[in-house]
Amino acid sequence: MPPMTKPDSSTLAPQPGLPTTSRWHDRKGLVQIGLLAALLLAPLVAYFLGHVYYVNLASRVTLIAMAAVGLNLAIGYGGMVSFGHAAYFGLGGYVAGISAYHAFDFTPVFSWPIAIPGSDSMLLIGLAAMVLCGLLALAIGAISLRTSGVYFIMITLAFAQMIYYFANSWPTYGGEDGLPIYLRNSLPVVDTNNALTFFLICFGGLLLALALTSRLMKSRFGAALTMARLNDTRLATAGIAPYPIRLVAFVISAMITGLAGALYADLNGFVSPTMLSWHMSGELMVIVILGGVGRLYGPLAGAILFVMMETLLGGLTEYWQLFLGLVLLFVVLFAKHGVMGWLAGRERDE
Amino acid sequence: MTLFIEQLINGLQLGTMLFLMASGLTLVFGVMGLINLAHGSFYMVGAYATAVATAASGSFLIGLAAGVAAAAATGALVELIVIRRLYHRPHLDQVLATFALILIFSEGTRWLFGSSPLWLNPPSLLAGSVTLPGGLRYPVYRLMIIAVGVTIAVGLYFLITRTRLGMRIRAGESDREMIGALGVNIARLYTLVFALGAALAGLAGALVGALQSVQVGMGEPVLILAFVVIVIGGIGSIKGALYGAILVGVVDTLGRVFLPAFFRQFMSPSEAAGVGSALAAMLIYIMMAAILAFKPKGLFTAND
Repeated sequence: MPPMTKPDSSTLAPQPGLPTTSRWHDRKGLVQIGLLAALLLAPLVAYFLGHVYYVNLASRVTLIAMAAVGLNLAIGYGGMVSFGHAAYFGLGGYVAGISAYHAFDFTPVFSWPIAIPGSDSMLLIGLAAMVLCGLLALAIGAISLRTSGVYFIMITLAFAQMIYYFANSWPTYGGEDGLPIYLRNSLPVVDTNNALTFFLICFGGLLLALALTSRLMKSRFGAALTMARLNDTRLATAGIAPYPIRLVAFVISAMITGLAGALYADLNGFVSPTMLSWHMSGELMVIVILGGVGRLYGPLAGAILFVMMETLLGGLTEYWQLFLGLVLLFVVLFAKHGVMGWLAGRERDE
Repeated sequence: MTLFIEQLINGLQLGTMLFLMASGLTLVFGVMGLINLAHGSFYMVGAYATAVATAASGSFLIGLAAGVAAAAATGALVELIVIRRLYHRPHLDQVLATFALILIFSEGTRWLFGSSPLWLNPPSLLAGSVTLPGGLRYPVYRLMIIAVGVTIAVGLYFLITRTRLGMRIRAGESDREMIGALGVNIARLYTLVFALGAALAGLAGALVGALQSVQVGMGEPVLILAFVVIVIGGIGSIKGALYGAILVGVVDTLGRVFLPAFFRQFMSPSEAAGVGSALAAMLIYIMMAAILAFKPKGLFTAND
């Protein structure tokens, strides 16, 4: 007998009938703008006071948030509980790392069938990371989406572990020691080595990811994806096959996470199998939940909270993850709607 | 040939350990519909408790009993405090709450015992090795692990098919509401099943802890292998867990030994070691994907 779980009550709650007037006139819009403004202003102030550490910390928040925006598209909007998004985050990171490694060495990435040289162009690397993550997600999604529920969770986890062990035991690119990136990737005109410039690039990426998700969910495709989550039989009755809708959403989700991963490796100047590990997948899920599932700005709120806890608690005790665990347990058991539910009301963002 | 047989027995030994882990996971899923990531923590608790009790008492057997008891008690406690709030929640909540439990258990253990591993030696009675028919010398302790695994498998079979508790477990798998209506105390049944699963995981942790080292995070690789096992076998099916565990144990062990050797036939030794070990690490996941491509619900669906 299939396991019985009650449908998520929040998804069945009546949707608000009134159209939201303007961003400035409702609580949710204010919270969203407040989060973005805080994320933008904090590093600006820190930079002009000379604290580059905090600028890089803000870049970290931004990139983790962006990776979680990708995951939220799968989990929150598509109802696909992927426990393997570290695969795309890490693959993006390895694209940046491997490309920089070959650009530094002047050796080709591939010499057959066509020679592909290494590159330190951020645009090329970002594009390559998104294409490769999209292809990987297409393969993994095509198999995993044949299943659902617990099977889907475990299979996405298992595929991510497969990539993790591969990276761990493949000696060419550092194996379990990881791969340092000696040169920050470059863009035309601007200097990416400047911490503030790099933050602004990441911030731009996050805005794009948020805008894309928002547009997507307001489109016909978004409506179909929502219905695939709520009731896929009904979607099929309406003449739309759920499987391709889910697969496309899964692929887009992986591409966003992969781009975040490429920038994240670039930020750290280092990529290692840790980025592919299941702890990473778990942390990304934790961030989505902390912020609020299916909330457009939930991943941002979650990432801010997560990195703040990591920095503040991590400064007090090396066992900070014990407290992270307790907070997470509390949120899951008693505060289901996350930070966004608490700040901006409980309706999901469609 | 002796190498092959030796590795085959190693694979069987890994398989029986995986079965101890996977049977608990699959029971808990089958009866309660719960996905439990913290199962690896019970493995760790069992190993730590065994190491501490063995060092204190000087007897591995007393240590082992203490380890299993500690894992079962931890399991029952966790079920009473946290897990029973999760039965009616979506899988996402179950994954996250049990992920939180992993963080709490791992960091708590690190806090108590530090990051350096504890040492646990197999009892001196089982320390040597025996000569098997065919001239192969093999460690007694590893053979004992296989024997324990087989005994547990047979015991579980009788527990589930021949006892009143087993009848209730099977009834719980097919219709939860009905057995409640028939007067079975479901809450107590769930705690019992969860503690049983935790005890099996603790036993596995204690037995393996004496082969390897007892350290924080030791349960996680095993947990993920156990997931692969129950996905291959069919979630909720004990029979599937048994066949899946043997399959994964043998394929993984043989792959790690023979794939690098296979690639050495037509590659330079260093390249062969790289490609071979990378491919061997992926082998069971490839096997899982292949099986799921044909049977999306695993080899044995539950309740048949």
